[in-house]
Amino acid sequence: MGVEGIGARVARKEDKRFLTGKGRYTDDMVVPGMKYAAFVRSPHAHARIRGIDSSAAEGMPGVIGVLNGKQMLDDGIGNLICGWMIHSKDGSPMKMGAWRPIAHDTVRYVGDAVAVVVADSVGEARDAAEAVVVDYEELPAVTDAVMALEPARPQLHPEAAGNLIYDWALGTGEAETDAAIAAAAHVTEMTIVNNRLAPNAMEPRAALGVYDAADDHYTCYTTSQNPHVARLVMSAFYNVAPENKLRVIAPDVGGGFGSKIFIYPEEIVCLWASKRTGVPVKWTSDRTEAFLTDAHGRDHHSTVKMAFDADNRITALKVDTIANFGAYMSLFSSAVPTYLYATLLSGQYDIPAIHANVRAVYTNTAPVDAYRGAGRPEATFLLERTMETAARELGISPAELRRKNFIRSFPHQTPVIMNYDAGDYEASLEAAMREADWAGFGARKAEAERRGKKRGIGMSCYIEACGIAPSAAVGSLGAGVGLWESAEVRVNAVGTIEVLTGSHSHGQGHETTFAQLVADRFGVPIDSVSIVHGDTDKVQMGMGTYGSRSGAVGMSAIVKALDKVEAKAKKIAAHLMEADEGDIVIENGEAKVAGTDKTVPWFQVALAAYTAHNLPAGMEPGLKEGAFYDPSNFTFPAGCYICEVEVDPETGKTGIVQFVAADDFGNIINPMIVEGQVHGGIAQGIGQALLEGVHYDPQTGQLLTASYMDYAMPRAHDLPSFKVSHQNTPCPNNPLGIKGCGEAGAIGSPPALINAITDAIGNNDLTMPATPQKVWAAVNAAQ
Amino acid sequence: MYATNYHRASSVADALRLKGASDEAKYVSGGMTLIPTMKQRLAAPSDLVDLRHIAEMKGITVSGGRVRIGAGTTHAEVAQSAEIKAACPALAHLASLIGDPQVRHMGTIGGSIANNDPAADYPSAMLALAATIVTDRREIAADDFFTGLFETALQDDEIVVAVTFAPPERAGYSKFPNPASRYAMTGVFVAKGPGGVRVGVTGAGANGVFRHAAMEAALTGNFSAQALSGVTTDPSELLSDIHGSAEYRANLVNVMARRAVAAA
Amino acid sequence: MTKVSMTVNGRQVSGDVEDRTLLVHFIRDRLGLTGTHVGCDTSQCGACVVHMDGKAIKSCSTLAVQAAGSSITTIEGLAKDGELHPVQAAFKANHGLQCGFCTPGMVMAAVDMINRHGGNLDEATVRENLEGNICRCTGYHNIVKAILAAAAEMSAGRQAAE
Repeated sequence: MGVEGIGARVARKEDKRFLTGKGRYTDDMVVPGMKYAAFVRSPHAHARIRGIDSSAAEGMPGVIGVLNGKQMLDDGIGNLICGWMIHSKDGSPMKMGAWRPIAHDTVRYVGDAVAVVVADSVGEARDAAEAVVVDYEELPAVTDAVMALEPARPQLHPEAAGNLIYDWALGTGEAETDAAIAAAAHVTEMTIVNNRLAPNAMEPRAALGVYDAADDHYTCYTTSQNPHVARLVMSAFYNVAPENKLRVIAPDVGGGFGSKIFIYPEEIVCLWASKRTGVPVKWTSDRTEAFLTDAHGRDHHSTVKMAFDADNRITALKVDTIANFGAYMSLFSSAVPTYLYATLLSGQYDIPAIHANVRAVYTNTAPVDAYRGAGRPEATFLLERTMETAARELGISPAELRRKNFIRSFPHQTPVIMNYDAGDYEASLEAAMREADWAGFGARKAEAERRGKKRGIGMSCYIEACGIAPSAAVGSLGAGVGLWESAEVRVNAVGTIEVLTGSHSHGQGHETTFAQLVADRFGVPIDSVSIVHGDTDKVQMGMGTYGSRSGAVGMSAIVKALDKVEAKAKKIAAHLMEADEGDIVIENGEAKVAGTDKTVPWFQVALAAYTAHNLPAGMEPGLKEGAFYDPSNFTFPAGCYICEVEVDPETGKTGIVQFVAADDFGNIINPMIVEGQVHGGIAQGIGQALLEGVHYDPQTGQLLTASYMDYAMPRAHDLPSFKVSHQNTPCPNNPLGIKGCGEAGAIGSPPALINAITDAIGNNDLTMPATPQKVWAAVNAAQ
Repeated sequence: MYATNYHRASSVADALRLKGASDEAKYVSGGMTLIPTMKQRLAAPSDLVDLRHIAEMKGITVSGGRVRIGAGTTHAEVAQSAEIKAACPALAHLASLIGDPQVRHMGTIGGSIANNDPAADYPSAMLALAATIVTDRREIAADDFFTGLFETALQDDEIVVAVTFAPPERAGYSKFPNPASRYAMTGVFVAKGPGGVRVGVTGAGANGVFRHAAMEAALTGNFSAQALSGVTTDPSELLSDIHGSAEYRANLVNVMARRAVAAA
Repeated sequence: MTKVSMTVNGRQVSGDVEDRTLLVHFIRDRLGLTGTHVGCDTSQCGACVVHMDGKAIKSCSTLAVQAAGSSITTIEGLAKDGELHPVQAAFKANHGLQCGFCTPGMVMAAVDMINRHGGNLDEATVRENLEGNICRCTGYHNIVKAILAAAAEMSAGRQAAE
């Protein structure tokens, strides 16, 4: 490992621009003649639109146009789509209701777009948006997914009878699973609710649509995690423009956490409105709009039965989950509670029979889709709460119960599709318990008791699946796209290098880690390596960044391209030094003939490729190679998290005394950046467990948590400093041995925290978020 | 935000004149509540009269057995004031808990009490300290000043110029912040002063800040946390929302009161 | 429209604005200093923190007209002669930022915090003083580390100078 190569804690190349205010986010973009959009949004959770009168708004100062959904329909703009087909148990395809970018007949959640105003300033656009008069016929609404399945509830879409999108099952047959449960020595049964979250990237979504009539060409600046996918979908499904006439640029993006994967109505509207009005149109969400319209996460209601034999080994697991999809099916929504959730229900455990049933349901709420972890936090929370509860019921220690059931040989085929390739769950469990001084907890609890505080400790052993996954496999499961990644490595004539990647950085530090990878390969300084991403006109193609895939998939594509560059460079170097190609080694910025003192500096190899004065016979000039990498399997990061809390029984307030993370991410390029990912993930997991929750009024469907006044975000003083370590087993299925680290923190932490609080208070009946009020009530109920 | 017209007042008299020129004008001091409310389009004053540059409304003095805090004094200034720390450290502590450091640099004591947000911190202290609210035209006892949610005894154009109070023998403030907004879900200010023991409760009351008579009675003979052990708080007059039921707030009132006494 | 004048990062600036224009929009849209961000509507996230007359404030909750006549420092005004301010350098060294969106406000709040507390900062004080700044990426772990490191370095620098 060099000081800048693989494994080095290199400070980030991109930091200077962010630290000096020179980051360039979508809302920072200014183009000549730019105007501003404001949306008219439904104040009702469910209503029929009888009419829209925009005449007053059209006459207001600064107004350029007031556009509606009927016009959009007339212009042939297509429905928003969900890109992953799920079939129900009975073989029928999922029931997808129409989602119009701007509603023209029915609104189905508070915040649904009804019209858009384009004006000279944001203030004037909003003034006019208020003046658009919409005549609504209010309809009854339903916000809870369990209730939405009941008879005689409001119906959202004619396509989905009973609001049921699909009724899907995975794993061992239900009868076989039931039989195993019936034969068990002990069955732990629970109802598990996974609370709905708002993603809250600090940069609100924004879009700037620029239509150039002369070239009939569109440019879209947008807050996207995957600009090429945005272009593909906007072109192929929404009919905004053919791909060659549409450039999508995702510049600096201020956090995503999944919420900026999806293609939302607003960017489509900005592009379309730009053509309609003849001016560039920018829209920037405010925070309340973000709460109303960003795709939310989680919102599962599950029942679980976990069966044990007399030796405390798990013999069967049966899960029934109802997933709230909100009012429309967002881009990847259908995959989240199915192939990203039920496939992980084996956890770290050897479970012979698993049956999972999932029903997806429409409600009058914002669409729900992937949010950091996407399905895997739900699976982990369900399993690890159940394991903890089982340990308490069985009277054995939580660590012992987990150890007894760990998978210990690999590869391991679970009953729910996944084939785990490598791992050492015992290692992370032991490391975490050592770091947390688990053995000394009793003394700490006694000391806290003397101060009138209730201390508890809890663990969570998680597994997740990243680097999703062979394209053919996901295609067979219903994915509408391939999930490979592409890279191009361009060596310039002077030896500097540009890497064009389809991965997208919105905080992950790709400009540094990807450069480290290249620097490591050729021994050149990372300052001579630039990473280009986020622009469909610059980068060939890409699937973007989500599901912790940039390392395992994105960097693997770079490795493939580097292999090709290296092979060609060796040929050139061998030719220049009149040596055998097989004897050439490239390191420390030069090509050398092994076992001799013959060298050629790296830049001369590059120069030779471009002058082309003296190349091997028949070789094309240039030193630039591209590659696509399609993973051969998912990767399986895993680990053990331990949380220790102190509860103030008088107020119910939980203080986190310590939080320990012991992760297996496979090989690591930059430990500093990986640790940062873990810290952030844990904070979001703690947020889910302790603070955050989206609340809709069940009668009116109004969003009650529409600002930071009511949605509790984790602040610095809600959190401790984290103790993070790694016990890595390299991933055998990609060239770098990387598993991925972006979501683990959010996946592993919530059950550790709830297990700790329920341990502290002696009451297992506690839902997330464990607010002071709920904990106080649970403390009192336990007494 | 709706359009508005801004005026900067140089004196109290100037502010009254500017306010009088428009029916729909509002005073703004630090603006930490009003500006966000206007941004949300929940307030639409035609005119804003800025009080932040009025010298006569600034400053802290202690003399003749009274503490006087100019209405334009920021929370940060109160929190850091050596005079306040000496005369009533609980009030400095309270000020240090309002909002966040940036809000404390702008927000003022006058703005806070004139707004009388039911979750604001200062009103509880004003009640417990038996403070006098000094306006451009009269002096109002705190007991008469806070009249309901966001409502005070102030006339439409009346300006809070200062607050005064006698330094208490003992005082304490304990706050349980709302997990989201960090405003007081319950804050209790207890003070033992020349006029006896007084307990002000904010964040919890359905009608805003209130005095807790039962606690005052219990503490009068025995100013200790133990004295409060038998005192109950009636939930029927407390706020209930997604963050805390009235029953939970009633518990918080009791707990915060005990802690405030212990800290006093 | 009102003509406002103020000093921003040491330069006298002025412009005609609607009275409802927030200071943050004056800074971003009129002066083109887009380092100051807007992350919420309720003055809680702190992405908009700037210094007004030497004190950290939220520029999303202050009108440009309110700031007239004052001296404003934004994130763009912190580095001198191409050298990062010690707080900026500490954020980089300690990986105190990821997506960078909250970073300008964090840094401005941190500088103000160190100004107020000098070398007397401990982890709990730093965390309390970050009440008005929300970060969704870092879990605050490395931000806290960076601020403590910067405070120690700045305090050592002051002592060396004395």
